[in-house]
Amino acid sequence: MLTIQNLHVRIGEKEILRGIDLTVKAGEIHAIMGPNGSGKSTLSQVIAGREDLVVSQGSLVFEQENLLELSVEERARRGIFVAFQYPVAVPGLNNLQFMREAVNAQRRFRGEKELSSSDFLKKAQKVMHDLGIPQEFSKRSLNDGFSGGEKKKNEILQMYLLEPKLIILDEIDSGLDIDALQMVARSVNSFHNEKRAFLLVTHYQRLLHYIEPNYVHVLVDGKIVESGGKELAEKLEKHGYDIYKNQLSS
Amino acid sequence: MKEILDKVQEDYEAGFVTPVEQDILPKGLNEDIIREISRRKNEPEFLLKWRLAAYEAWKKMPEPKWAKVIYPPIDYQAISYFAAPKKKIKSLDELDPEIRATFERLGIPLKEQEVLAGVEGAPVAVDAVFDSVSVGTTFKEKLRELGIIFCSFSEAVANHPELVEQYLGSVVPVRDNYFAALNSAVFSDGSFCYIPKGVKCPMELSTYFRINAAGTGQFERTLIIADEDSYVSYLEGCTAPRRDENQLHAAVVELIAMKNAYIKYSTVQNWYPGDREGRGGVYNFVTKRGLCKGENSRISWTQVETGSAITWKYPSCILKGDNSIGEFYSVALTRNYQQADTGTKMIHLGKNTRSTIISKGISAGKSVNTYRGLVRISSKAQQARNFSRCDSLILGSEAKANTLPYLEVKNKSAVVEHEATTSKVSEEQLYYLRQRGLGEEEAVYLIVSGFCKEVFRNLPMEFAVEAQKLLSVSLEGAIG
Repeated sequence: MLTIQNLHVRIGEKEILRGIDLTVKAGEIHAIMGPNGSGKSTLSQVIAGREDLVVSQGSLVFEQENLLELSVEERARRGIFVAFQYPVAVPGLNNLQFMREAVNAQRRFRGEKELSSSDFLKKAQKVMHDLGIPQEFSKRSLNDGFSGGEKKKNEILQMYLLEPKLIILDEIDSGLDIDALQMVARSVNSFHNEKRAFLLVTHYQRLLHYIEPNYVHVLVDGKIVESGGKELAEKLEKHGYDIYKNQLSS
Repeated sequence: MKEILDKVQEDYEAGFVTPVEQDILPKGLNEDIIREISRRKNEPEFLLKWRLAAYEAWKKMPEPKWAKVIYPPIDYQAISYFAAPKKKIKSLDELDPEIRATFERLGIPLKEQEVLAGVEGAPVAVDAVFDSVSVGTTFKEKLRELGIIFCSFSEAVANHPELVEQYLGSVVPVRDNYFAALNSAVFSDGSFCYIPKGVKCPMELSTYFRINAAGTGQFERTLIIADEDSYVSYLEGCTAPRRDENQLHAAVVELIAMKNAYIKYSTVQNWYPGDREGRGGVYNFVTKRGLCKGENSRISWTQVETGSAITWKYPSCILKGDNSIGEFYSVALTRNYQQADTGTKMIHLGKNTRSTIISKGISAGKSVNTYRGLVRISSKAQQARNFSRCDSLILGSEAKANTLPYLEVKNKSAVVEHEATTSKVSEEQLYYLRQRGLGEEEAVYLIVSGFCKEVFRNLPMEFAVEAQKLLSVSLEGAIG
């Protein structure tokens, strides 16, 4: 589904990613773990297509298409979704209206008929009910006045409505209490199937107790320094990231 | 934000000219021209005197310079003050097909069985003003059964001179300001409306103003009187052809609300804004004022301003009656080189008077968008209250937004609240919306319409649809 080869990324003059190789197949869950400043967020944003990131080398291919030639929205319409660490608020923009516009923009791209307000409302209400999200989310402005936990739930709601293929969860666990974390994890697990792939970007191992990855990659100073199965996360929990720091400096 | 070329010229759908034979007075302004306008309209003596007095006052007045707008001096002798289609008609059925087609193209039906374009629901009565004259008013008969008078200003002068004499200039006196004085001297037509006691007008009333002729100005007056316990919702729309020269539009609107009466006045102003280099466009210098004369009366102004090269306009309320209410809800969008200096005045005279001001300014391109508002609480206005909220949204790096609130509080029991914000459409917001699959323009539109929501929800349904559409067209290519 996603193939990243020798990817180098700069912000301004500073090189943040220094040669990333990663292959993600449909149905897989990959965890990208690393300390603060290791380039985790940059990796998720470069896949999404953030324009202030400069790709100086390497390739980024999603389902046989060169992502580097596509804009943010063109990538999104092909099924790439980012659940943001800090979702932005848009005062006055109705949450559900926004989601309907987004869903219909993607449907137009796929040549499907747009959903009417009432059809979309029915669908959204069912998803909210199934996820245990309060119906009042549909009346509020997009992320405006939402608590940290509510914002993350709102990201999950969008994921369900947009039905993407590749889902990047960027520090989805940050700022969540245990109940909210369990809710988010449950929702992610039930959304996961053999056609979808997940990239979990996280600092802590905590999230991986709830969402079990097939692969764990350790990102330090813009490079993947070790890849393995879920047992790698446990090793990290015991020893922290310091072992890699030493390895890099030597 | 990537550069997108401004497509304003293609965007202005109303920019066409109608080929119709017109009777245009020679250019220039003097006493003879005023007498000629009055003669052509068979006006009573009082009105001619009133015009001439206004002209004398105007000649002595300086053009106001305090607004944050810049334009070359206007040559008032280079404007023609009267343009009317040659063919005189007695009823709507005789209307020149070209003019009918013009209004149809603009989405304004001049047949009574039709409704405003694209909107289903209740019919809307329309008074259509083409250059200097009203060319037709629909639903007149039906409204007359309820005692409602809705007609062109000229007809009101002919058939109800006593009402015109009593109320004309009673809210905006001839000497009020430079452009109001000019209008009083030369106004050619407009709309008149009287709602009798206890009548709730069952349909929206509207006036649609169309400038067509070149080298002319449009000077119309609207006078609405809502008698005790009555209600009316009034809509006003405006467009003009695309031209390289500037055209002057100086209108006066007067509203009078008696005891317990409620007037809701909505405007969608889409005069030609000029091209992307700032050439051409309408100078919209308008005086709008409502008098809440009786107790518990209420006047509500809602405006959506997207057009005109320059807008100079402050729909205001004089809250004279005790417990009366004044409201101002405004969206003003400027782009390219447009300049808007708009806002309101809320003059609290009576006890327990309340006013609300919600202003949303959006500036894009190299435009300048200024909110200017006055809240005055007089010494006798016990327990008066005002709430003002003025938000500015800036698109791009070259647009300017100003907020100039003036407060004069002379009564200690008053409660006056003012909130103001200035923000930019942020890269973060755009990125977020685009990551969900929305194009850049769709994303900007959604952010801006969210910003305007508080105002749009005060528009009647028929107009809200129109306003949303206009906003989306105006925003196309507004980023960069």
